[in-house]
Amino acid sequence: MKIRENVMKYVFFLAALVSVAAVLLICIFLFANGVPAMAKIGVFDFLLGKEWKPSDIPPLFGILPMILGSVYVTAGALILGVPIGLLTAVYMSRYCPKKIYGFLRMAVDLLAGIPSVVYGFFGIIILVPFVRNTFGGNGISILTACILLGIMILPTIISVSESAINAVSSNYYEGALALGATKESSIFKVVLPAAKSGILAGVVLGIGRAIGETMAVLMVVGNQARMPKGILQGVRTLTTNIVAEMGYAADLHREALIATGVVLFVFVLIINVIFSIIKNGGKNR
Amino acid sequence: MNKIEVKNLDLYYGEVQALYGVNMQIEEKEITAFIGPSGCGKSTLLKTLNRMNDLVEGCRITGEVLLENTDIYKDMDVYQLRKRVGMVFQKPNPFPMSIYDNIAYGPRTHGVRSRVALDEVVEDSLKKAALWDEVKDRLKKSALGLSGGQQQRLCIARALAVQPEVILMDEPTSALDPISTAKIEDLALELKNAYTIVMVTHNMQQATRISDKTGFFLMGKVVEYGTTEQVFSMPREKETENYITGRFG
Repeated sequence: MKIRENVMKYVFFLAALVSVAAVLLICIFLFANGVPAMAKIGVFDFLLGKEWKPSDIPPLFGILPMILGSVYVTAGALILGVPIGLLTAVYMSRYCPKKIYGFLRMAVDLLAGIPSVVYGFFGIIILVPFVRNTFGGNGISILTACILLGIMILPTIISVSESAINAVSSNYYEGALALGATKESSIFKVVLPAAKSGILAGVVLGIGRAIGETMAVLMVVGNQARMPKGILQGVRTLTTNIVAEMGYAADLHREALIATGVVLFVFVLIINVIFSIIKNGGKNR
Repeated sequence: MNKIEVKNLDLYYGEVQALYGVNMQIEEKEITAFIGPSGCGKSTLLKTLNRMNDLVEGCRITGEVLLENTDIYKDMDVYQLRKRVGMVFQKPNPFPMSIYDNIAYGPRTHGVRSRVALDEVVEDSLKKAALWDEVKDRLKKSALGLSGGQQQRLCIARALAVQPEVILMDEPTSALDPISTAKIEDLALELKNAYTIVMVTHNMQQATRISDKTGFFLMGKVVEYGTTEQVFSMPREKETENYITGRFG
């Protein structure tokens, strides 16, 4: 019995090791290939260079336009997605009649399951003409990508926020109501602040989803490797930079694309660290 | 003077009847205790007095509950009612925010914005709840760092901050140690000079120590209601006598 227990313990340990090993391998691959390229190009020229011209002689590998592209598109997605997602979560958690709840839940789950290429089609066929007709430009733009990503991060934000709100003890809610507060005041001033760290977790996951999204963005954002000039102009993001050129890139160009991946990876790392700081800060307050 | 009057109150949770024909007059500036075994309806009646039962799906009542002769179910805004009839819960439930914000939440939600006025309410409420000296240097710290007894007094202070007339207490000491319990009891005795207090308690000694009137509940009915002295020393009903002498419950 004792031996069996020990054996099982190691089986579980090995299983747990798989994900750690995967992360380590990805790190090693990215950094081993990307960092030397950065060194060759020059870290500042790479990160702050405003021009990406891999076929020029000599080639220019500046990814600042793509960094800004990713930041703008992600920020725009959050501006649209977080309020809508959060209000949906509040509705589902506190206001929604049971009948509508099942329907909403299904819709949100379905939204999460749609492949991103299908989102991309939706973007090209519906959103691009919509943006073109409503705001002008040719419709392939930062704004279009923001709207599309805003929709794509909804399920993440809704699901995580909803469980965070549901997890808040009803004692808080009742305590607020017992003071004569309205339902809205109780929810927005007491319940939501109590669910803050869970909601932030949802937002961070949403950021991760938005910044990492490739296919759908590729289809609506234009992919011009240039400094963003306005939200109705096209731009290129870190992810689309990689996928658009990886097929034919060789040598330093290829390594520069992997280095782009390193930057993306570091972004996600920073987001995670910020998140855990906020979360711990919330606990110790 | 009667502060609250309950007339022929029946209460149902869906198909299940939880209160039967309750009639009761609650005197102003006294402590009224509700006693009885679990599930007898004493908490249910308490929650009817500030309409917290509205939150329970399928809960409905017939009969009347009057606060100073106004029907709280028909002729009064529920937010106004809960402002006038505050509540302290069984488990201390300070909000996960600072001590100051906990107290200020009620006044803020009722429209007090001025910093000076809020400071005043916070200090005043904490003093009335005998907590000021313990927390005055840490008002900006989280209320969750307080001990259980302090948290419960904070909840009392929070209830006082909206200037209620009646305070309902639902077994306010059942989660507390004896010393904290004694402090809450002293506080209740102090508060009855200015407020009407209705308290549900499992602890019969507590009822005898601090209450003026006692109602004994059994199976959704008020079996006996009178001065605490009379109920405990010469109960009119056999069931009351059995309960207070510990023969059941």
